[in-house]
Amino acid sequence: MKKALVFFSSRKSWTLPYLIFSIVFVIVPLLLIVVYAFTDENGHMSLVNFSKFLAHPEAINTFVYSIGVAIITTLGCILLGYPAAWILSRSNMGYSKTIIMLFILPMWVNILIRTLATVALFDFLRLPLGEGALIFGMIYNFIPFMIYPIYNTLQKMDRSYIEAAQDLGANNFQVFWKVVFPLSLPGISSGVMMVFMPTISTFAIAELLTMNNIKLFGTTIQENINNSLWNYGAALSLIMLFLIAATSLFSTDSKNDSSQGGGVW
Amino acid sequence: MQKDNEPIIEVKNVSKFFGEKTALDHIDLSIRKGEFVTILGPSGCGKTTLLRLIAGFQTASEGEIRIGGKEITQVPPHKRPVNTVFQKYALFPHLNVYDNIAFGLKLKKMPKDVMEKKVKAALKMVGMTDYEYRDVNSLSGGQQQRVAIARAIVNEPEVLLLDEPLAALDLKMRKDMQMELKEMHKRLGITFVYVTHDQEEALTLSDTIVVMSEGKIQQIGTPTDIYNEPVNCFVADFIGESNILNGTMIKDKLVRFCGKEFECVDEGFGENMPVDVVIRPEDFYIFPVSDAAQLVGKVQSCIFKGVHYEMVVLCDDYELTVQDYHGFDAGTEVGLLVKPMDIQIMKKERTCNTFEGKMVGENRVEFLGCEFDCLSENIKGSVAAGDAVEVEVDFEKVNLEDNASADMIEGEVKFILYKGNHYHLTVHSDWDEDVFVDTNDVWDNGDRVGITIPAEAIRVMPAKADGNVN
Repeated sequence: MKKALVFFSSRKSWTLPYLIFSIVFVIVPLLLIVVYAFTDENGHMSLVNFSKFLAHPEAINTFVYSIGVAIITTLGCILLGYPAAWILSRSNMGYSKTIIMLFILPMWVNILIRTLATVALFDFLRLPLGEGALIFGMIYNFIPFMIYPIYNTLQKMDRSYIEAAQDLGANNFQVFWKVVFPLSLPGISSGVMMVFMPTISTFAIAELLTMNNIKLFGTTIQENINNSLWNYGAALSLIMLFLIAATSLFSTDSKNDSSQGGGVW
Repeated sequence: MQKDNEPIIEVKNVSKFFGEKTALDHIDLSIRKGEFVTILGPSGCGKTTLLRLIAGFQTASEGEIRIGGKEITQVPPHKRPVNTVFQKYALFPHLNVYDNIAFGLKLKKMPKDVMEKKVKAALKMVGMTDYEYRDVNSLSGGQQQRVAIARAIVNEPEVLLLDEPLAALDLKMRKDMQMELKEMHKRLGITFVYVTHDQEEALTLSDTIVVMSEGKIQQIGTPTDIYNEPVNCFVADFIGESNILNGTMIKDKLVRFCGKEFECVDEGFGENMPVDVVIRPEDFYIFPVSDAAQLVGKVQSCIFKGVHYEMVVLCDDYELTVQDYHGFDAGTEVGLLVKPMDIQIMKKERTCNTFEGKMVGENRVEFLGCEFDCLSENIKGSVAAGDAVEVEVDFEKVNLEDNASADMIEGEVKFILYKGNHYHLTVHSDWDEDVFVDTNDVWDNGDRVGITIPAEAIRVMPAKADGNVN
């Protein structure tokens, strides 16, 4: 009895539910993906799924295309989001809070409903759905995730760095490129983490905004799994996971090493 | 002593407002080439604002600033021939020591080999040779401060501005850096403008000290001038320790305080004029009671301070602080003597509170935003309701209360001066006028108080002819 009490009151024991949750819903599914990816339909160990991927130019093309879309979306988010974050960090508190709210407000609506609304908007404006609409939809959906971390780093930045640079003879342009931008790289880096990775695997936006004409990698995985091609779908998922893991390592690297300028992007 | 007497910085009639608040109030200041000038004052006195106006981070609301004869009031900071050492160093965390120091030189597109030589020379100057490629975050506070100084002087500015550069260092390190800064000033031969709230630092370092309070310059002078001849109670109280007492100038070279008459060296105050008397604690001679004693008193407390003893001596009603190498135990009867040279006399800025007011009825007067009763025998001349009047209230007649009731005017204690047997307080009222109070009660700076003035303390007289006619 006493032992049980000690066990339940210790902090370690509180992690138990979370541990069980992550085993059941994260670790086991991940292991299943790995197992499925390396077996054929009959359950034998094989690399047939990966050779299928490499032999199919169509799948590789979709893969490369998805990465391209993700890069363009991320760049678009940085180019549009950075100035927004900069302006917000400079304006007075009450005003900037309102603007941030306006950026975040659409996030309260489900992504599918938002995207369907975008489709309706494009129809109303008689704009064609397709590649352009896809990029628009992606940036529209993901830009808040870029603005917020950049805004955060800019806002916390000590004004004396800017004054020190001015004092040493830097004009506004030089102050930005030599001090403000390098110091905001950690913000950009977490923004990239939050935009680039989810964009690789989205499929709903692509389906709806291109009338299913453009396939992204996420779509391919979804189709395979819907068609009960579990092993091939698992292999594709694993490839994508590797890519995401690689980018996240890349981002954390540049964060630790911001003194080098971290100019990967 | 100065190599050159031409002014390098001229601040002419400069004011700075932040909204309603006046940070600087008509400042006039001229700094000579090669001088080490310290701007000294308590926090919130406007000293940092003045430095920021010279550096260009803020622009003056009124007035003109010239550096090297050129008008630069509106010139942005990057075009001014000055460099700043910031209080919290502001070293760029994404650059190493070398790149931090070379920042200004790179902007000037200086050739690499020249730049390297200059950076190395600057590092040597601050005693940080071989630290070029260290990460600035790995340096200690003192080392970061040295890098910050190197980063500023490597640009060879005409004026180096230092904003409380040693405030974040511990005492020992601060003392060492003070000596190094003084040495550096000698070697570089450029003008240093140094901002600090530490009076000892100011006395140690400067050629000239500018004492500021509430956006105004109180006194400009050499450290010895400021210490020995403060112009008012604020300066006397802020610089060093001092006994400040109410006195009366009986005639030239004769002053009365603590109930005794003393010879002094000051003259020209007029006869029987109320004055403030300042005596530094170390200027008293203390000895067993004898005929030589000018004042006789009893030691209240005696504390050993390392080099000297600090004693509080009660003479009649007055507590005097005395410093001497010899200590006398508490309870001992002692004699005190002070030389005429060491008695500093200051003109009183005011002898009673004066307010502008208005009669609102018979024996009812309005001032400080409130209405007060007054007695008819205290009304001079003929005033009718609606007339503008001048109201006088003696310092000791004003009462302060802990808890203000609704009809009372409130204020905040902002300056406390111990006058030996009472406190002289400056209370900033919510009506935005200062009320001066003499009291025996102990208050703290920043205390909220209610102010009451009894009817018999109010003296009313018609406003002067040039006064407002509302």
